[in-house]
Amino acid sequence: MLKKTPLNETHRQMNAKMVDFGGWDMPLHYGSQLEEHHKVRQDAGMFDVSHMLPVDIKGDGTRDFLRKLVANNVDKITIPGKALYTCMLTPQGGIIDDLIVYFLTESWFRIVVNAGTADKDVAWIRKQRDVLAPGLEITPRHDMAMIAVQGPNARAKVWQVLPGSQAVTEELKIFQSTTFNHFFIARTGYTGEDGFEIILPAEEAPAFWKSLHAAGVAPAGLGARDTLRLEAGMNLYGQDMDESTSPLESGLNWTVDLKSERDFIGKQALLDSNPTQQLAGLVLLDRGVLRSHQKVVGQINGQAFEGEITSGGFSPTINQSIALARIATGVSPGDEVQVLVRDKQLRAKVVKYPFVRNGKVLI
Amino acid sequence: MSIPSDLKYTRSHEWVKIEADGTVTIGITDHAQELLGDMVFVELPKVGDSFSQKQECAVAESVKAAADVYSPISGEVIEVNSALADSPEKINQDAFGSWLFKLKPGNPAELDGLLNAAGYQEVLDSEDH
Repeated sequence: MLKKTPLNETHRQMNAKMVDFGGWDMPLHYGSQLEEHHKVRQDAGMFDVSHMLPVDIKGDGTRDFLRKLVANNVDKITIPGKALYTCMLTPQGGIIDDLIVYFLTESWFRIVVNAGTADKDVAWIRKQRDVLAPGLEITPRHDMAMIAVQGPNARAKVWQVLPGSQAVTEELKIFQSTTFNHFFIARTGYTGEDGFEIILPAEEAPAFWKSLHAAGVAPAGLGARDTLRLEAGMNLYGQDMDESTSPLESGLNWTVDLKSERDFIGKQALLDSNPTQQLAGLVLLDRGVLRSHQKVVGQINGQAFEGEITSGGFSPTINQSIALARIATGVSPGDEVQVLVRDKQLRAKVVKYPFVRNGKVLI
Repeated sequence: MSIPSDLKYTRSHEWVKIEADGTVTIGITDHAQELLGDMVFVELPKVGDSFSQKQECAVAESVKAAADVYSPISGEVIEVNSALADSPEKINQDAFGSWLFKLKPGNPAELDGLLNAAGYQEVLDSEDH
């Protein structure tokens, strides 16, 4: 029996092609994922991301607890509503999940975790809470739905259908959030475009979705979500990283704060490690499509290496195939490698990513 | 979408048009394009290639997956639709009107073993939807 979000019936009414996504009955697309992709880059699209889980952490000492729990430094977020992207690590430095932390008050932080890891994450957080901060309340918000409205015109559409919201949210900078009525509105996203991610009471989601639709926002499914985030160079947990990989080998060095005195779970393991791999961007030079698990081969200083594509696909904006690949450190943007695609060796170029941001091709 | 009655079919969702001169034209069905999603790349065989029945002869790549196309009959490739390489999305728009390649049949008797429209409909009905 697949899990359903509050928008399940609405998706079906809008002719979504539904698929099993990690145990959830979710829309893959509503006709054409390519069209949905372009609509987000050029105008506004919306995603049902209610399968993800907001978790509220409340009580005295929440900030202190989070200093230990996550790899990035929550002391960076001191303005109410400010958000921080971080990994949560095992003591061995492997990634349990990547998530966003929102500072609301000193006694209330909200985190949003991935759907596939939600149960695991909550169990882990509760276990750490029992040891480190027994007074804290950990409350998974299964009563909430979540809709991501993304694209250059996304915020304007939200303002159109939520009268009064513009005054309250217009000043939000990227990675800031606030509450309007009982809608939690954050200027965050997983597409590389501007927009809002909105956490709202589950029973209000269908009406809100339909009003956005009436205002011209295109429903967009998981297919477009994946091509957009790949172009934006954003990791997908379970594909680009997992508990066996460290953030330092997953392109997430920038999310790990190793400089301050602060101790956090997994810190020592990272300090002791000597990463020999990196996550690199690839663009396919020959015709074809790069996909996960394809082998990447090349040379550094005359030494052969073998790596693997973690996420691959077709970039609709660039009209070429792109990928993220875990390959040896030392390989640099501009270098050429070969990818084993079925029975052929195709040429690919290593590039810095993101590949696309705010509608513009960067590579 | 209705299944054209003037074509033949395989269980692996290829369609076959038997031309007046005895050659056959091959494509993939509307059901196949719907399963695959937006097409982004088609890898076609070369003129002169020979295939046996059910041998992989082409690849249709969508955003989601790469799907092998199996030769409905044995034969030699006499023409390929190179224009499709630049516009693979035509397969999504009109699967039955987008041919991949043409074959000179190696064994005309194999044509009798292909499914007709009703037979292909039965295949679709029996698939899990």
